[in-house]
Amino acid sequence: MTQALIYALTGVALFMLGVRACLMHQILLPRLLALNVSGAGVFLIFVSLAYRGESQSTDPIPHALVLTGLVVAISATALALALNRRLREMEHE
Amino acid sequence: LPDLILAALLLGLAWSALFSQDLKRGVVLFIAFGLLLAIVWARLHAPDLALAEAAIGAGLAGALLLVALRDETAAQGESARRSPVRRLSIDLLALGMTGLIGWALWSAMASQPGERLAQAAYEALESSGVSNPVTAVLLNYRAYDTLLELVVVLTAVLGVLVIGRERRGYRPAGPVFCGLVRWLVPLLILTAGYLLWVGAHAPGGAFQAGATLAAAAVVLRLAGHQSAGLPRGYALRWALAVGIGLFLLVGIGVTFNGGGFLQYPQAWSGGLILLIESAATVSIAAALALAYRGGRPDDWMPPADRGPGREVST
Repeated sequence: MTQALIYALTGVALFMLGVRACLMHQILLPRLLALNVSGAGVFLIFVSLAYRGESQSTDPIPHALVLTGLVVAISATALALALNRRLREMEHE
Repeated sequence: LPDLILAALLLGLAWSALFSQDLKRGVVLFIAFGLLLAIVWARLHAPDLALAEAAIGAGLAGALLLVALRDETAAQGESARRSPVRRLSIDLLALGMTGLIGWALWSAMASQPGERLAQAAYEALESSGVSNPVTAVLLNYRAYDTLLELVVVLTAVLGVLVIGRERRGYRPAGPVFCGLVRWLVPLLILTAGYLLWVGAHAPGGAFQAGATLAAAAVVLRLAGHQSAGLPRGYALRWALAVGIGLFLLVGIGVTFNGGGFLQYPQAWSGGLILLIESAATVSIAAALALAYRGGRPDDWMPPADRGPGREVST
């Protein structure tokens, strides 16, 4: 239980770190990093709740959800980066 | 104890990645953060996630972000500070939310575990056609989720295509890098095929395989192949759409057999899952590689608009 608890608390801290950084920064790229970090925090909470000790098998459902989440996160990041690039181009025009 | 050290490292890396003054440094630290997270997934007995995180979270996200750094040269340095009042209120908000989430987490962990979905998942594993529980959840019990996820990926890449044109390619690489590419790319393709096949009974699957293929595309593009190994014209469109297309066809096809949408007949489920996963691998790899190219390929443009092609850009 303690191992899961350590990682769950780390997940909470990461999430808050991400939210705080996202609100503090004003440029888009660091904000994107911050969003990704807070997403990682959420994943960490999920997976640590799925974990129950060395001996027992883990819960596959949160794992599947997090796997989906990872792919969605990278897609969203790619789209946001493309938007950011277009915005920069428009600033230069 | 190793968990405490890992957790502390994770937090430290995240902090320094997010609040470093230099954007480039932040991105590199973020990649390191992703790799460390992959180790954490392995510690938590989630090998599927460890593979996916190493390939997607650390590898591809890092590649995308590093390329995107090129756009940010102008805005560097003048990160305007928020006023003290706003900073304080942001901190207070963050603290309050931490308390709330911590409390919710506490009550979730302290409560008696009731009937777990996990048990149902393990009991039905025999009839799912695969023996890796995560793959069973993704492609059998909750196939809807995965179908819609592919839709999300396609939508995102369509957005990327609409917004702009692709970045300029790189100069052809020197002999040393070319030699590396000659070994690395076939090896990556082989690994992707293995991950796809092994996903039925061990950690692996379509997402990990797709990400590995996309990594091969990134390597190719860095070596000066502007198309990143993607086909041209219509073949590329088909590659993007085949994952969803085949998924839907199978889903509708099995309804003729008397089942519901995406309810595979038990005898076929193993083969059908492999078929869907192969198509999904192609689509995910094409989408991610296209996202790395950063927009519409040059050969989709009308001839008058074609870019300067392979120009110097390092």
